[in-house]
Amino acid sequence: MIREHQLNKIILSIFLIIPLWAFVTDEPFTITLMTRATVFALAAVGLNIALGLGGLVSLGHAVFFGIGGYSMGILACHAQTYTPLMEWPMLVSGSKSMPLIWINAVIMSALAALLIGILSLRTSGVYFIMITLAFGQMFFFFSISWSAYGGEDGLSIYIRNEFPGLNTLVPIQYYALCLALLCTVLWINSRLINSPFGLALNAARQVPERVETVGLNPMRLKLAAFIISGAVTGLAGALFADLNRFVSPTMFSWQTSGEIMVFVIIGGVGRLFGPVVGALMFVALEHWLGGLSDFWHIYLGILLLGIVLFGRGGLIGMICGEARQHE
Amino acid sequence: MTFVLLAEQILNGVQFGIMLFLMAAGLTLIFGVMGLINLAHGSLYMIGAFAAAAVAGMTGSFIMALLAALIASAAAGALVELLVIRRLYNKDHLDQVLATFALILIFSEGTRWVFGSFPLFLDIPASLSGPMTLPGGIQYPLYRLVLIGAGLSVALGLGLMITKTRIGIQIRAGKNDREMIAALGINISGLYTLIFSLGAALAGLAGALVGAIQSVQVGMGEPVLILAFVVIVIGGIGSIKGALIGALLVGLTDTLGGIFLPELLKFVTDPSTATSIGSSLSSMAIYILMGAILIWRPTGLFGTKL
Repeated sequence: MIREHQLNKIILSIFLIIPLWAFVTDEPFTITLMTRATVFALAAVGLNIALGLGGLVSLGHAVFFGIGGYSMGILACHAQTYTPLMEWPMLVSGSKSMPLIWINAVIMSALAALLIGILSLRTSGVYFIMITLAFGQMFFFFSISWSAYGGEDGLSIYIRNEFPGLNTLVPIQYYALCLALLCTVLWINSRLINSPFGLALNAARQVPERVETVGLNPMRLKLAAFIISGAVTGLAGALFADLNRFVSPTMFSWQTSGEIMVFVIIGGVGRLFGPVVGALMFVALEHWLGGLSDFWHIYLGILLLGIVLFGRGGLIGMICGEARQHE
Repeated sequence: MTFVLLAEQILNGVQFGIMLFLMAAGLTLIFGVMGLINLAHGSLYMIGAFAAAAVAGMTGSFIMALLAALIASAAAGALVELLVIRRLYNKDHLDQVLATFALILIFSEGTRWVFGSFPLFLDIPASLSGPMTLPGGIQYPLYRLVLIGAGLSVALGLGLMITKTRIGIQIRAGKNDREMIAALGINISGLYTLIFSLGAALAGLAGALVGAIQSVQVGMGEPVLILAFVVIVIGGIGSIKGALIGALLVGLTDTLGGIFLPELLKFVTDPSTATSIGSSLSSMAIYILMGAILIWRPTGLFGTKL
């Protein structure tokens, strides 16, 4: 049986070797697939903070993914057409700078997470699932009816946004950028798990009453986790939009929420690298099964059912066994 | 804005609400008794609509189509319960969400595989088509009135079944204490299968009835499912009465919001901005209603405390 931290190193090396090999053999499509997996992994790492650490089953994370995407879309579309984003109370123009777009995506999705969190955390359990799903649908319909930014058709951005010192249109360079962000967030996440906040959150998930008796507010801990979680998924949304150079209401759809959750579950809930493995598996399945049959979702469904009914703790759980505390 | 238009919109809202109730009633029963959150309920709605459209295409009879919808969705419900759902009762909500999400994928792609990606059409029977004149000179489509009537009688029948019959007593007892009624010699797993296929049949009926005024296509169930969740959150989980009132509230808010919000905004801004902002706002109206009710009563109007 492999130890979890050894497995994590193997996973990380897969993310280094495959793109490098694809770069040497000149197969840009493989690099694009790996970029897709990296971005999905980032979105799922975000959800895993709420789901794995906080125990919050959010079926509405597409909201943050979509907000990240539209942050990119709206800023870049104003820069593309040389029109100001707003003129009052001060002049704000669009931007093609990735760091600026990322900051905007993180702030906007954190704000949305704050609002949705305050409302949905008044409840728990199955209510929470339904409410997050419903808020996701609200953003979906809003983005469809908001004709100023493409409505149902979405927004196309012709040239990928810029990052100082890099040519982001070269697949391997954009991949490196996404992987660097994923690694940074994973590192922050691993620090978070063992921080006082992470420990308190873990306790709040298991026995909220005890956390309350030692003078902490479990509701506030969960809200903070939900906001961090939303912000990370929002960042992933901005990267995803830049990968496709396209944003559409599909990013807000309930299927997107479901898929982000599937990444986490396939890999292993609450495991640091669970979402990463899950996203990689999903993209691989999407590519191979999608090539075999138009109806590959049937096989995905059957596989998922198998994992839920018979597999314990996702892929990482099957390989490494039960999670160790404070490893 | 005339009285006639207002009355028509209210009727539209009631009709929409009643159809939502058929979905929400099954969901809330299944959750109340088995503690299961079922995302695949929208697939059963879709199965009902497809069965109805297929049979109506073959036989040309609307009654046969409705029967086919009821049978197909109840059978699909029973099958799914026996194969998958009963393994989920003791698992946590996360597993239930994932497994029923997997079922959606299987059902949607399976239906696409059998029927293709193009929408099917189910015609309103000739005897029910055309308008009917209501008191006050309101012209209203007869079929929609029949929908309201059918939905209300199902609601009444469901209410009577739960309060007056033996099976209703068992359902209510199952909600309160499942070990106890199992100890009293009631076949609890049979009861669960029955309730699940009853909920499925209600969803299939709604799908077939609505299928005649909309197109029948893959993915038609999930938007309705999510609205049914909003209904349940508003009404309170496990309460049939809550589901009915929640469904009417959601139906009326959605329909009237789409008409009145742009009109109201015209007092504030110019007509074109009012129309665009109004339509965006009205698409969010029911969720704002849900948020407001959550602030006021976190467990819904008729929900018990968590």
